[in-house]
Amino acid sequence: MHRFGGRFKDNKPEADPVTLAQLKSGQSGTVVDIQGGHRMTDRLNALGIIPGKKITKASAMLMRGPVTIEVDRVEVAIGFGMASKVMVRPDRVP
Amino acid sequence: MTRILLMGNPNVGKSALFSRLTGVQAIVSNYPGTTINYTRGYMKLGEETAEVIDVPGTYTLEPTSEAEEIALRLLDSGDIVINVANAINLERNLYLTLQLLERGIPMVVALNLWDDTRHRGVDIDLEKLRGLLGVPVIPTVALTGEGVKELVENVPRAISPHRPPGTRDQRWANIGKIIEQVQRISHRHHTWRERLADASVNQVSGGLIALAALASSFFVIRFIGEGLINYVLDPLFNNLWAPVILKLSQLLGGGGFLHDIVVGKIAGGEINFLQSFGLLTSGLYVPLGVVLPYIVAFYLVLGILEDTGYLPRLAVLMDTILHRLGLHGYTIIPNLLGLGCNVPAILATRILESKRERFIAATLISIAVPCAALQAMIFGLVGARGLEYVAIVYGTLFAVWIILGIILNHTVKGFSPELLIEIPPYRLPPWRAVLQKLWLRTYSFLAEAIPIILGAILAVNILYILGVFNAIANFTAPVVTGLLGLPKEAVTALVIGFLRKDVALGMLAPLALTSGQLVVGSVVLAMLFPCVATFVVMLRELGVVNMLKAVGIMIVAALVTGGILNLIL
Repeated sequence: MHRFGGRFKDNKPEADPVTLAQLKSGQSGTVVDIQGGHRMTDRLNALGIIPGKKITKASAMLMRGPVTIEVDRVEVAIGFGMASKVMVRPDRVP
Repeated sequence: MTRILLMGNPNVGKSALFSRLTGVQAIVSNYPGTTINYTRGYMKLGEETAEVIDVPGTYTLEPTSEAEEIALRLLDSGDIVINVANAINLERNLYLTLQLLERGIPMVVALNLWDDTRHRGVDIDLEKLRGLLGVPVIPTVALTGEGVKELVENVPRAISPHRPPGTRDQRWANIGKIIEQVQRISHRHHTWRERLADASVNQVSGGLIALAALASSFFVIRFIGEGLINYVLDPLFNNLWAPVILKLSQLLGGGGFLHDIVVGKIAGGEINFLQSFGLLTSGLYVPLGVVLPYIVAFYLVLGILEDTGYLPRLAVLMDTILHRLGLHGYTIIPNLLGLGCNVPAILATRILESKRERFIAATLISIAVPCAALQAMIFGLVGARGLEYVAIVYGTLFAVWIILGIILNHTVKGFSPELLIEIPPYRLPPWRAVLQKLWLRTYSFLAEAIPIILGAILAVNILYILGVFNAIANFTAPVVTGLLGLPKEAVTALVIGFLRKDVALGMLAPLALTSGQLVVGSVVLAMLFPCVATFVVMLRELGVVNMLKAVGIMIVAALVTGGILNLIL
C-alpha cells in the first residue's frame, strides 16, 4: 500500500495518526478516531475528546502511567490503556 | 413546593452557587466529585419558598458511577433545573445542557466562573447563546456572589423550548454550530499557575512537589495540633478545669459508684485526664483536649489542599501505584479523606465507576487508614514513648494498605476502570470557603463524636462494675494474650473500639504496657472493627454480603498483623 504522510515530506500535508499514548509530550494534534466501545467513547466525549478536536499532550507518567492533555483550555488525565485507543494526527512541525 | 435542581458537570461550582442561593453551607472544593450525595436547602422565589437541591456533578445523563445515578434519579423529581455551566469550556458543558433541554424540563443556565473568561481569552456572545438555546443564560461568579441576584430573578422565567431528542453525534454537531456562533478565543500567554500546573504532573518535578506537599502538610498539622495542645488546651484543662473536678470529687465523697462514673479514678490528688475515665475528665479531655486540636489542624490543611486544586494532580501521580492495588489514581482522594474520618471517605468512593473498586477502596480505608481521632491518640499515647514507635505504627499500616491492596487486586473479581479525570486549574484558596469548610467539619465532629464518647465512657464504667469485661477477658485471653502478647484486659479496649477508637486507645493507657505492646495494641485497634459509624456507612454502601466480607478480611488481617508485630517487637 502506498504510504502517505511522514512529517518532513513537503509534498504530503499530513502526518500519520498515532495513539495519544505515542504522541510526544508538548506535541499538538487533532483527534481523528476513538477506537473503543460505546461507553468509553461516551466518557471521553464528555470530557471534550471528540474527533476533530485539537489537543496538546502536556505530559505522561512513566511505566504506562496516565497521559495528561489540554483540550479546550482544560487539562484532562487519561489512563494509559484508554490513551492507547485515541488516535491523533500530529500537527506538522514548521 | 417547587423543587429546583442545580445540575451541571463536576467542579463547575454548583455547591458554591447552592450556598449562595440557600444560605446553607455545603462543602466546596476544587476537584470534581466533591458532592456525592444531594444537599437540600430553601430559597425565596417571589412570595413562595422553593426547595433547592445541590445535585452531584454529571457529564451526561448516561450514568457511569453511583454519584451520577443519584443525579439522574433526582432529575425525575425536579420542577426547574438551574444548569450550571463552566464559561471557560462551554462546548463540553453544552452536551449536558442539550440533554437536559431534550428532557423538556424548564431550565435556566448559570454560566459560572464568568470572571475567568477575560483573562483566559474566552469571549462569549450571551445574547446569541440565549437565542440559540431558547432559555435564560445568566453569567455568574458563585464564589463572590456576582450575578446571583440576576439568576434568582430569572428562575421564574425558566422555560422549556421543547428541543427534539437527538443522538450523540447530532448533539455534538449542534454544539459545534452553537460554539462557532457564540464563542471567540484569543491567544494569551501562559501564567505562572499554568507553569506550576504543568510541573506538578511531570514525573520528576511532580514527584518532588508531591513529596514537598505531603511532608509540609504533615509538619503543619503536627505543629498546629501540638501547639494547640501544649499552649491552649492542656493549660485550660490543668489550670482551670482540674480544680473544679477536684472540688467535685470531694463533694462526691472521693469515691464510689457515682464518683467513678462522673469523675473517674483519681490517684493522690492528681488528675490524669487520659486515664481517670470519668465522664467529666476523660469524657471531655479525649474529644476536646486531644482530638479536637488535630481535627482542626488536619481539616485546615486538607481544606487548603482541596481548594488549590492539587488533589487531582496527586491522583495522576499516584495512578500507577494505585493500579497495583486494583484502584486508580482518583481513589487517593477518598483515602486522604479517610485520614480525617472514614465515614465521608467511604461515601466518597461513590464516584468510582465499578463495584470492585468501591469494595477494595472501602475495605482498605476501613482497615488501614486511621482516622484523625485515632491518630491524635496515637500521637498522644504512643508518641510519649518516642516518635520511633509512632513511625512503626504508621509504617505497619502503610505496609498493610499496600499488601492487602495487592492481595485484593488479585482475588476480587470484576473490572477496575482506568483513570479519566478533569484537572481543574490551580487557584489561590478562597479563605472564606476554607474557613467555612473547616468550621462545618469541626462542628460535625463535635456534634457527632462527643455524645458517642460520653456514651462509650459510661458504658465502660458500667460494664466494669457489672464484671462483664472480666468474663470477656477470660474468654478471649488465648487470642489477646497468646497471639498478640497483650494483657487479657486489653480486650476491653478492642470491644470499645467498636464505639470510638479514640476512647478505646485511651483504655490501653492504664494497663502499664511496654512500648512494643502499645504498638501492637494501636495497630490492632486501628485495623480491627471499624467504629460503629463506619460500620453503618459500609453496610449501606456495600450491602450486607460485601460488608461481611470486608469484616472477615479485617479480622484476619488485624490478627495476622498483630501476631507478626508481637513476634518482631
